[in-house]
Amino acid sequence: MKMLLTGFDLLLALTLLWLAWQLLRSTDIFKAIIFFICFGLLMSLAWVRMHAPDVALAEAAIGTGLTGPLFLAALRRIERKAGKNMMSEPAGNGEETGSRWKARNREMSPLLWTVTALTCCLAGLLIWTVLIIPRPLPGLADQVAGSLAESGVNNPVTAVLLNFRGYDTLLEVMVLLLGAITVWSITHAPFPPRVPDTSPVQKAAVRLLLPLICLIGGYLVWQGAYQTGGAFQGGAVLSAALVLLLISDFLWLPGMRSLPLRLGLTLGPLVFVLLAGFGILVEKTLLRLPVEYAGPLLLFLEAACGLSIGLTLAAFFAGGRPASDLRETPYSGEAKGKGPAES
Amino acid sequence: MTTILYSVTGLLLFVFGLFALIVCPHPLRKILGGNVMSAGIFLFLVAASYRADTGEIDAVPQAMVLTGIVVSVCITAVALVLSTRLQQAADQGARRRRKRRREEDAGE
Amino acid sequence: MTIPEIIGLACIAAGIPFFLSGTIGMLRFPDIFTRLHALTKADNVGLGFLIIGLCLQTDDWFIVIKLVLIWVLVLTASSASCHLVARRALQKGIRPWTRE
Repeated sequence: MKMLLTGFDLLLALTLLWLAWQLLRSTDIFKAIIFFICFGLLMSLAWVRMHAPDVALAEAAIGTGLTGPLFLAALRRIERKAGKNMMSEPAGNGEETGSRWKARNREMSPLLWTVTALTCCLAGLLIWTVLIIPRPLPGLADQVAGSLAESGVNNPVTAVLLNFRGYDTLLEVMVLLLGAITVWSITHAPFPPRVPDTSPVQKAAVRLLLPLICLIGGYLVWQGAYQTGGAFQGGAVLSAALVLLLISDFLWLPGMRSLPLRLGLTLGPLVFVLLAGFGILVEKTLLRLPVEYAGPLLLFLEAACGLSIGLTLAAFFAGGRPASDLRETPYSGEAKGKGPAES
Repeated sequence: MTTILYSVTGLLLFVFGLFALIVCPHPLRKILGGNVMSAGIFLFLVAASYRADTGEIDAVPQAMVLTGIVVSVCITAVALVLSTRLQQAADQGARRRRKRRREEDAGE
Repeated sequence: MTIPEIIGLACIAAGIPFFLSGTIGMLRFPDIFTRLHALTKADNVGLGFLIIGLCLQTDDWFIVIKLVLIWVLVLTASSASCHLVARRALQKGIRPWTRE
């Protein structure tokens, strides 16, 4: 049995390395993105092998399920802007950017050799360091297990995320909000994006799946207190539902105002900050929760954060500020110049 | 054994990603390289804290990796939007230059 | 080992050839439509066997319900995505493969 597991580990590690190599050197960028999605799925298998089911769930849902579509959407946007064929074969439309991106690879081969040699040295040094570290490494598992009862939840990962190291998670939620603000201030997207002739099968499947996905997202958030699950995984599942909505061209979407969207985006960070302030008032320390109320408070916090994370990730996918939200057309010169060329 | 295997895999992934980040000229490929780098770091972090003999898990690195995955998605999204804008701007520049050249040709 | 567990193991073992044939089909078949066919058909049967086997291994009803839910979800998702991929391929003008 042990032999079998070691063999599986070896196979998984080799496959991961092969996939990474393939995705970084394949000439077609679309293929590389598909390789990346496979890579992420196998990564989540590796997380399961290391007894990290929370991370596996997050990797499968966020690291792969959402990053892959993000890349695909960006690729489509770039290709549509640049005319066909440009990204996969940059030499085809070799006016400006394409040829520049491709040509450099060939010309600088002495420099390329230097870079290769240096990277190999770095790899050797890093592996040598790993091999000489004295084992076992010190960890914090005992401290976490010792104070788990005070945290209000039973899942140690959730306890660390939201209670013991709540500071990290507060900053992380802020990073998400900042990311959404950055994306919104850089571009504006048609909201909802125009999807030419959606298949009826797709619409039916989305109608069927949507309530179920929302239920599973809520279940994951709720379950985070006891076992694998939590705000991030639940939020990712919710964002999958929203992404499905965005690409399915439903009629009632255009009528939506952006105010609820903004409120949803800020709900999680807001609740987190309020909870931090509450900690100062009651326990005299930032983000420390009273032991007897910790469970319900954390559940409330998780629900708010899950909603915000789902909306933020979906906003990333939509790729910009909703166009209906703007009072006047931005970049009007560019927009006018662009119009005839695109059509 | 498992620990060392996955640690080494993580480090090699990191190095692959770094190499791609330096060498590959295409922005999307650079972002992919950055993602592979971060995956390698996460793998190393969790593998280093995993104890195969006792089977006990350390929740702190796992929570850190969870945080890291979400932050890396955030960074990826911003980088993708930036690269799209970059491409758009480059195209507009090219189009304007082509148009000016055509006008000059017509003028002559 | 009880009798349901043995039946469950047998079911799981019975599912593996289907996955194997689906994978071989995906690697070896000539065009996108036949590959989709191999993937969705063979893998869904394999998954059904796997789910039955896993259901027989556990005695918790909640887990059984969750496993069946997973099966239904994968069936829905794989049939819908198969349809979408094939539709897009037809729209792009890819002809189904024929023996010359």
